[in-house]
Order: sequence, then structure tokens, then C-alpha cells
Amino acid sequence: MLVNKGQFTDWLNQLIQVYQVYAPVKEDDYFCFKKINSGDQATLNYTNSKVPPKEVLFPRSEKLFCYRCENDGVQLTEQIDESKKIIVGLRPCDAKSFLLLDGVFNSDKYHDPYYLIRRNNTVLVGLGCNQPAATCFCTSLGGGPFATEGLDLLLVDIGDRYVVEVLTDRGRELLSGMELPAANQEAQEAARIVKEGAALSTQVNLEGLKSKLDVIFYDPIWDLIHEKCLGCAACTYTCPTCHCFDIVDEAEGNEGCRIRNWDACMFPLFTLHGSGHNPRPTGKERFRQRVMHKFKYFVDNFNAIACVGCGRCIINCPVNLDIREVLAEIQGSEVRSDKQ
Amino acid sequence: MKNPYLPLPMRLVKNFVETEDKLIHTFTLEFLNEEDEKSFQYLPGQFAEVSVFGVGEAPFGIASSPTEPGHLKFSVAKVGVVTTTLHQLPEGTILGVRGPLGNNYPIEEFKGKNLVVIGGGFAFTTLRSLITYILHPDHRGDYGELTVIYGARNPGLLLYKDELAEWEKRSDINLVCTIDRPVEGWSGRVGFVPAVTKEVAPSAENAYAVICGPPVMIKFTMPVLEELGFPSERIIMSLENRMKCGIGMCGRCNVGNKYVCKDGPVFTRAQLNQLPNEY
Repeated sequence: MLVNKGQFTDWLNQLIQVYQVYAPVKEDDYFCFKKINSGDQATLNYTNSKVPPKEVLFPRSEKLFCYRCENDGVQLTEQIDESKKIIVGLRPCDAKSFLLLDGVFNSDKYHDPYYLIRRNNTVLVGLGCNQPAATCFCTSLGGGPFATEGLDLLLVDIGDRYVVEVLTDRGRELLSGMELPAANQEAQEAARIVKEGAALSTQVNLEGLKSKLDVIFYDPIWDLIHEKCLGCAACTYTCPTCHCFDIVDEAEGNEGCRIRNWDACMFPLFTLHGSGHNPRPTGKERFRQRVMHKFKYFVDNFNAIACVGCGRCIINCPVNLDIREVLAEIQGSEVRSDKQ
Repeated sequence: MKNPYLPLPMRLVKNFVETEDKLIHTFTLEFLNEEDEKSFQYLPGQFAEVSVFGVGEAPFGIASSPTEPGHLKFSVAKVGVVTTTLHQLPEGTILGVRGPLGNNYPIEEFKGKNLVVIGGGFAFTTLRSLITYILHPDHRGDYGELTVIYGARNPGLLLYKDELAEWEKRSDINLVCTIDRPVEGWSGRVGFVPAVTKEVAPSAENAYAVICGPPVMIKFTMPVLEELGFPSERIIMSLENRMKCGIGMCGRCNVGNKYVCKDGPVFTRAQLNQLPNEY
């Protein structure tokens, strides 16, 4: 299918009548996914958002329920968001991150209704990456600038128009009533050239990484590798697959709400016991946890690496700690016996 | 879709000062709704998240046994904001409870076996649940000899003193209480748990050891259990990591690829030997 960009804005305006539409919006000098009220607020001419669209389905802060305490009981009101949503213009790496988060929030035993209901009610309209950033390494994680995994529609920007790839019935349904022409040969050729030109500047070698991480927990490499890390958690807050959270009460008088907020394994209080004991007392253990969680524990539990190669942790790190270099150092290290 | 974050309303019916230093209270909670009580099917070793509305929630091992229907008991040390508030609450306050959470002691595997239960300090809570369960007339016949070694710094810090006195009188439990230093009026043993375990020397033959206590106690009791011949598959431990969600999603209580809240808190020593020492 083929849609010109002016027509696309009109289409967004139509969708806004029915759906909550989230799209990349420019704020100061960066982009983030915001609910838009008119199609022209969406700015699809961007490299990637500072914070991933994860926050649409798993907000930075959300009410789980509100309560009112009474003499003989408590009234609980669930705060489940059942609105129909569309995320427009998300990158293929971010779409893949939702597939990884699905496993976390939909475990064999427990289901997280806050994430899962939003997820089920949200249509994903992706935008391929004509010019990946220097920090992108999605292809090393099985993705790609025009990967379609997890998306309902994929837009390929060919200048004044988008070639629209329909990937699911849900995507097809979204386009019904638009009467779009099929992409002609010239448009298809333009899309092919755009796709071929989207070269990534870096590759990360992940071969054998897991087997090395399986035996490296007590290795002295961690004493050095974390040294630059400030423990600011910018990497985790801007990561599309990080999902750690805290739960707190906010109340006044006899009523209030229970709220969950993003949290991060980079913070010292994250694992601090009531007794004062902390299983991850220094930056070393916390940095190790982050790497091990993404590249070993997640693989053990879900048979997938919890990284999509979006590069946000590299761009946003205040001390230029580059996960690609960390992985290369681990890759290049000598395998020692993993004894404490 | 069942919402695992919603607590069940319960009434605090007893706020009992358990220890001489007043730092541990035992809370007895009753379900407000009969159907909640029916749905809350738990086994010894499991825990629950207790809500103090307006303050927050915190995970505690369940000290009562499913053989004691109608209520739940939690023995809680005053260490943080939720627990300090909890200690001050008047009886009658409405609280919330989420659970039961986590796995339980392998009571099916224990059947036909002798049990050695070793506890220290206030970590005795879920061990109380296990002992009460086994001593119940419906279950006692399923298990062999029951030896309990329980230590505290001084007699005033022992939990469940009335029950300890009752167990002392029974012939189907060998209860050994110990305190760290001699105190006037104490006729029981004196000495640390590892040394007392060595003296008592329970047989490892056809037996499981269940151990719960402060890390230092566990560290020094382990070699004793090994010397006695307990294989690591028959040493059962219970971990306590910081938790929030209790359902394996918030990401803070993992040890290696296991989540203490979902895959534990009960692990065999053999299982822990396969995991990094990060707890």
C-alpha cells in the first residue's frame, strides 16, 4: 500500500477520533512518545526517542488501585486502563521489546492485568529506520532497521510517501476505509533502495557470550568493567526491555492509592534488606546484575536476550560506558573457573 | 484476569508483643470475607504481602499453619516504615493481605521421613507453621521423628513461649531450646545453634534438615549437618530477599535466574549451590 505524507496526517486525525494515538513528539531537543490530539503533532522525522514507547504500556508511574478505609472494611477500586490505543512511528527494535516484556508480565503463574490489557488493546504501527544511529546494533540481536516482528503495520519512508506493509489482520483493519493504492513498482523499488541503504555501523559478536557468562560470575573482570559506572540508572530508565518497579502508597487521611513506579537494579537501595544486609552492596554487583540479567538470566528463563540493540543505554550514559565494549571485553576475556 | 496486586481485606484481631525487647510482635489477622478465607489455601513455608493502607506493603513468612483455620499469624520485627506502623496499630484495624505467595516446604517429600528443624532468632516464624502442621493429629502419623533445635540470644527473645512449653511436654517432638549465654532461671541448653546441633547429633538416616535463621547461624550449622551426613538435597533452606511484587515481575529478589518470591523462598542446599552467592 502507498500513502502520501499529507494523507497520513489526515489518517491520524481520523484515528484520534476512536483511539488514543501515541506518536513521537519533539520536546526540547529530543523525542518521546506522547498522546497526540492532532495528526500534525506527530514528528516521524526522527532517529529514535529518548525514552522508549514502553512507557505507553508500562508507564513510569501508574495507579494500581485506590482505596478508602472505612470502620468495617476497605473499598478498593482497580485502576485498569482499557482504552484502545495506537502507537505510531515506533522503531522495529522497540516493537521487539514488547515481545520480550510479554514473557515477564504474562508468566506461567501470574498475569499482570495493567500491562496485558493495555498490550492487547494497542495496535503497533512501526516506522523503518532509513538512517540508523551510530549507536544502533539491532541486527546483532536478530532485529533489523526494517524488521517486522511484533508490528501490525510497517511504514517505509520513501520521501514524500510511505510504503505501508500490512503485517497482521489488526493492521489491515486499521487501514479499512482509507482506500489506499497498492505500492506501484516505482514505490517498491524506492523502498528496496531505502532498505538496502540502511546500514548499521556496528555489529556485536554474541557468539559464545552466554556460555562465558554461565561461568564468569565470580571472575575478577567485574572489578574493572564497572569502574566508570556512576550508578545513575540512565541506562535502565531508557531501556525498552527493563521492567523493574517499585510499589508505594500515596495517601491522605483515610484514602489513597497504591502506585507503581519504574525502579532500577543500578540503585543501592534496590536490594537492601530490612536487616541492613545488601546482597549487591557495591556498583560492581549491581553492574554485573544488569549485564547478567539481560544476557544470561533472561536467556535462561525466556530463551531470548533482553536487549534489542536500540543503543539508548550508550547514548544516554553520562560517562560513555558502552555495552558493546563491555560485551566485547567479556567475549575476549579468558575463561576461568567460576569459583568464589 | 485475576489481579494479583489486589489485597484481601483482613482485620487485625491481635497485636501481641512477642519478645522481651518488644521488637517483635505477632499479629493475628482474620479474613473479612468468607470466600477470601476459602481461596487463601496455603502450606507451611509460604509468605504473604501485608498491606498497611496508606503506608505500604511488606512480605512476611506465614507463621500460622493451615491446620489453624480462620486466621493468619505473622511475627514481625520492627525494622522499617511498614513494620513500625504495624507495631503501633490498634486491634480492629483493617489491613490487606496478598497471597499465598512463593513455594512451600516439601511436606509431601517429608512423609515417612524423620525431620530435624533448626531455627535461630525470629526466623522461627515459618518453622512454627511447619511444626504446627506436622504435630496436627491429622498429619503426625505421616512423619517420623521430629527434632527441633531453636536458639535465641536469651530466653526473653524466644518466640511462641507458650507453645514451646506445650511442645516440651509432648513425647512426639524432641524440642531443644538454647540460649547464647547462661541466664539465671534457665534450665535449658546454653550455646550457639551450630554447637548444640553437634551435641544433639540428630541422625541423617532417612531424614531431612530444615534450617532457617540468620546467615551467620546457617553458615556455621552447614558444616555440622554435612558432618552428620545430611546430603545437600536433604537440607532445606528459606531465603529472604527484598521483594515488592511477590510474583516475579518487579525484578529485585532474583538470585541468578531464580526469583526468591516465585521460585522460592524454599530451596534445597543443592539448588542454592547451583546459584550465585548473592543473597
